[in-house]
Amino acid sequence: MIRHMLTSLAAVAIAVPLAAQEVMPDPKAWGDVTAAAEGQTVYWHAWGGSNSVNEFIAWAGDQVQETYGITVEHVKLKDTADAVSRVIAEKSAGKDAGGAVDLIWINGENFAAMKDQGLLFGPWAESLPNWEFIDVEGKPAVKSDFTVPTEGLEAPWGMAQIIFYHDSSRLDIPPRSIPALRDWAQDNPGRFAYPQPPDFLGSTFLKQVVLELAPDPSVLSEPVNEANYVAATTPLWEYLDDLTPNLWRGGAAYPQSGARLVQLMNDGEIDLALSFNPNEPSNAIANFELPDTVRTYVLEGGTIGNASFVAIPYNANAKEGALVLANFLMSAEAQARKSDPAVWGDGTVLALDKLNAEDRAKFDAIALGVATLAPEELGQSLPEPHPSWMVRLEEDWTARYGVGQ
Amino acid sequence: MLGPVLAGLLGTLAPAFGYMPALGGTTFSLNAFEALFAWPGLSSAVGLSLGVGLASTALSLAIVTLICAGWADTRTFAMVERLLSPLLSVPHAAAAFGLAFLIAPSGWIARGLSPWATGWEQPPDLLILQDPAGLSLIFGLVTKEVPFLLLMTLAALSQVRAGQSLRVAQALGYSRVSGWLKTVFPLIYRQIRLPVYAVLAFSMSVVDVAIILGPNTPSTLAVQVVRWMNDPDLALRFQAAAGAVLQLGLVIAGLGLWRGLEMAVAGIGRRWTASGARGHRVFDQGVRGLALGLGAVAAIAVIAGLAGQVAWSFAGLWQFPDLLPDGFTFRNWQRHGARLAGPGLETLTIAALSTGLALLLTLACLEAEHRHGLRPATRALWLLYLPLIVPQIAFLAGFQTLSISTGVDGGRMAVTLAHLVFVLPYVFLALADPWRAWDARQDTVARALGAGPDRVLWMVRLPMLLRPVLTAAAVGFAVSVGQYLPTLLVGAGRVPTLTTEAIALASGGDRRVIGVYALAQMGAAFAPFALAVLLPRLIWRNRKGLLNG
Amino acid sequence: MDDGAAPSLGLRLEQVAISLGSVRLMALDCTIGPGEVMTVMGPSGSGKSTLLAAITGTLDPAFAMRGRIKLNGRDLAGLPTEAREVGILFQDEYLFPHMSVGANLAFGLKPGVKRRGARRAKIEDALAEVELSGFADRDPATLSGGQRARVALQRMLLSEPRALLLDEAFSKLDTGLRAQVRELVFETARQRGLPVLQVTHDHSDADAAEGEIVHL
Repeated sequence: MIRHMLTSLAAVAIAVPLAAQEVMPDPKAWGDVTAAAEGQTVYWHAWGGSNSVNEFIAWAGDQVQETYGITVEHVKLKDTADAVSRVIAEKSAGKDAGGAVDLIWINGENFAAMKDQGLLFGPWAESLPNWEFIDVEGKPAVKSDFTVPTEGLEAPWGMAQIIFYHDSSRLDIPPRSIPALRDWAQDNPGRFAYPQPPDFLGSTFLKQVVLELAPDPSVLSEPVNEANYVAATTPLWEYLDDLTPNLWRGGAAYPQSGARLVQLMNDGEIDLALSFNPNEPSNAIANFELPDTVRTYVLEGGTIGNASFVAIPYNANAKEGALVLANFLMSAEAQARKSDPAVWGDGTVLALDKLNAEDRAKFDAIALGVATLAPEELGQSLPEPHPSWMVRLEEDWTARYGVGQ
Repeated sequence: MLGPVLAGLLGTLAPAFGYMPALGGTTFSLNAFEALFAWPGLSSAVGLSLGVGLASTALSLAIVTLICAGWADTRTFAMVERLLSPLLSVPHAAAAFGLAFLIAPSGWIARGLSPWATGWEQPPDLLILQDPAGLSLIFGLVTKEVPFLLLMTLAALSQVRAGQSLRVAQALGYSRVSGWLKTVFPLIYRQIRLPVYAVLAFSMSVVDVAIILGPNTPSTLAVQVVRWMNDPDLALRFQAAAGAVLQLGLVIAGLGLWRGLEMAVAGIGRRWTASGARGHRVFDQGVRGLALGLGAVAAIAVIAGLAGQVAWSFAGLWQFPDLLPDGFTFRNWQRHGARLAGPGLETLTIAALSTGLALLLTLACLEAEHRHGLRPATRALWLLYLPLIVPQIAFLAGFQTLSISTGVDGGRMAVTLAHLVFVLPYVFLALADPWRAWDARQDTVARALGAGPDRVLWMVRLPMLLRPVLTAAAVGFAVSVGQYLPTLLVGAGRVPTLTTEAIALASGGDRRVIGVYALAQMGAAFAPFALAVLLPRLIWRNRKGLLNG
Repeated sequence: MDDGAAPSLGLRLEQVAISLGSVRLMALDCTIGPGEVMTVMGPSGSGKSTLLAAITGTLDPAFAMRGRIKLNGRDLAGLPTEAREVGILFQDEYLFPHMSVGANLAFGLKPGVKRRGARRAKIEDALAEVELSGFADRDPATLSGGQRARVALQRMLLSEPRALLLDEAFSKLDTGLRAQVRELVFETARQRGLPVLQVTHDHSDADAAEGEIVHL
């Protein structure tokens, strides 16, 4: 067995340089790309925890199948890291072409890490035909993922923003700022929870607190260093020291994800929660996961928002197919459907004024869900801090609150 | 079995010592271990893993032992056996979800008592689930380990002539429980030692159940390692690998500790046996009641948990403190029913293939042992058990790299082979004892009648052992159905099974969806158990000699 | 004593010695002629059953055997059990529980009898010989002890053995039945000219055999 393994490893090592001579697709020659894409199967690795998302992905697959003859297989992940691990494992095994992952739904730290390790194919995103409709001016996050320049290595396909939600039948007037939240928790101990960092929603809550309390929030857009870190986070730790005893379970246990917050809200264990998808509560109401008395809001000073993207690994097998799919995801047709709360309710990355009247009408026709805020109510989102902040915050949070000390 | 596990371990050891060229680690160093030991939660996590593993194993073994001591060969025992065995087919995560909904402060039990008995209009802020001591995790593990150990003990019981020993002891004036513990238990334990070790290793390394029921400030070491592996910060992969190596060391230490406990208990037991104490009837009654009670709690917890899943899968809005949902709906099943077909078929195909292969290998092995008069070597058994004892997190990442580099990757056959690594030990475990316990004189008679070994195998031995063969197949099938990480890693995500779909969907937290998939998963695993019971009854309905045996 | 020159009929145990490690369990040198019954007696653990295992070729590898075992002049060494043409009856009948009585007998019946009708007729005859006509479709588990013993005997005879071994074959039957079944077995063996080796610890079995008795 072992000998066989070694032989195979050797064979792979020899074969790799030859396989690497692959011709890379060029999105500027779009006709060639769509021609090469026909008949390909695109394995799209994307989080599979939501019906609405899964159904949208299935729909998108049907569309590109019909128009371009591309088959899309949704590889349902419980965590984006699984796809990243896969690419790393392939690189470790020397499989530099014909990889299993064609397209990944990704953003933030995962993107920064893959970009940093040279695991991504590109640049390609800004050469796609639909790039011209992207709202680059109004939504800077589409080119700057957690402040890391995307450099065309990933294409935006949705906008997310932190919202808070509460059951209006139990809690009528929720706290609308970070300090107000602390005071409210003091009066209502055990009725608020945030997911345990490094869950991305939990970490984002920490960043939201830092943004609101830091003496000079502008340092957050720069890489973290010892001096700016201490100054910016001292108010955070003071705040959390006050808040933690009044958290759900007194901070002795934390929910593991945003999904668990929905359960806790429904079970009446908490009265106030947060989400990274402004439409999640409306979706949950439609699925009987929450009562229809749940409402959402954003903090007075605004909340963190970001874009989510799709990226293509360096060794993807069906790069042309992935390019065509990514381009379709940025189309008015796909974006309008995606922002319909009855389908998913995710924010669009397009600038509506760049669209023709017909396409714009698709967006106008959308009816908002009962617990969904209108774009003007959501307001301008706050930018994500540089990813290096997240790493430090998560480490320190774990040391202070995550290990029972 | 050895190859994939060792290759996988190598794939973990290298990054633990800093070597992983894909992430820029090209020199060997101890940095990853330094980072690991600098992590502030390490000692708690290690202590927790060790404590949970030892406690749940000891508790499960105690319950199974006392049930057997108190009730073997009684009608109640047959009932307990029939009740507990199917629980083996409940996937771990499904059982954990069920239990979580049962015992949470907003769970089914609290709903049943609120507000009329408790006065709770809203659930109390009580730390029941995910308690820092890991009690609910231990509870969850025990409910799943008791059926497994019971099945193993039953197989052993048929071999050691337990009934005779017990009758002799009772004739000498020993009470039932004392007599059983003194005369039968030492023989039984020798036979089930490896399964017990497997249980210990499993409960120290389990991830899915520990995420649902276990504490998280900090969590067990295995869960923490998985977190690091999944962290977007790729530098943590090295720390994760170091953690996986530590986890392996921890399991070895745990096994060593258990071995020490074994010897201590054996010493005490010998003194107790030599003392000639006969045991008191009152004590006996107490023990019998306690054993039955604990076994019943384990069984009821799983069954009620499943009932909760059924209820959720049909539920409309369902809030605290309502005992039942506001309304029932078929919508969840309509929505997911059609989507179950593809993964369901894939699950069944892979399970059938891997179980078939495992059965073939096991039979070939056992038959060769029989024909050539070989003695089963304990050392060989250890090899077989390796995949059950080495924590999955310590070798699956390396296993994946191996499968990619050998090109056995990304397809149904690759996943089947990966499943085989885990299915084979269980099938062997379930079949070896009944196979060996078959009366060799039956073979002599058949051979003396002029039948060659093949004819004896096909015409006599296999038909007579139909039930254990089917039971072993059912166990293997259930193991295959439940595989998550091997399916995902070796299948490159391209081989969707009920379990991979269920776990992905479960990350969305909708209990209705979790319920639908858990029931589908459970159905896939349970059907073979039902067949294993029904088929022999049907085929041998006119053969009394095989119905009772 | 046999001088070893001419092949003789019957079961011949030539300087047979069986040992376990360095302990010699037994040594025997004898010939059982066609139709004769030899009885080996001895306390438990004296190696009676081990001797039979040596003859059927199922001796546990832990034991070592020296000497030769010959049946009608043919050395059995190295032959698999099924080629030795030695029938054996144990105290349990070992009727195959998953087969009907008829199927049990068919299992014993040599494959030389090909046609289905002929096979069935043979089986019916064998049942009739022991007064069990019409039992072919019965479940063996529903038979009485005496009936089972007779079916086991007939099953063995249908395989046309050239020698017969009895391992405490009658010890489970009660006294009346025991004499009856024993009589049937010995009589049949005599008629067919089969050498019989029985091991027992019961003197009535030995007496009924009317042959040589060896004490281990």
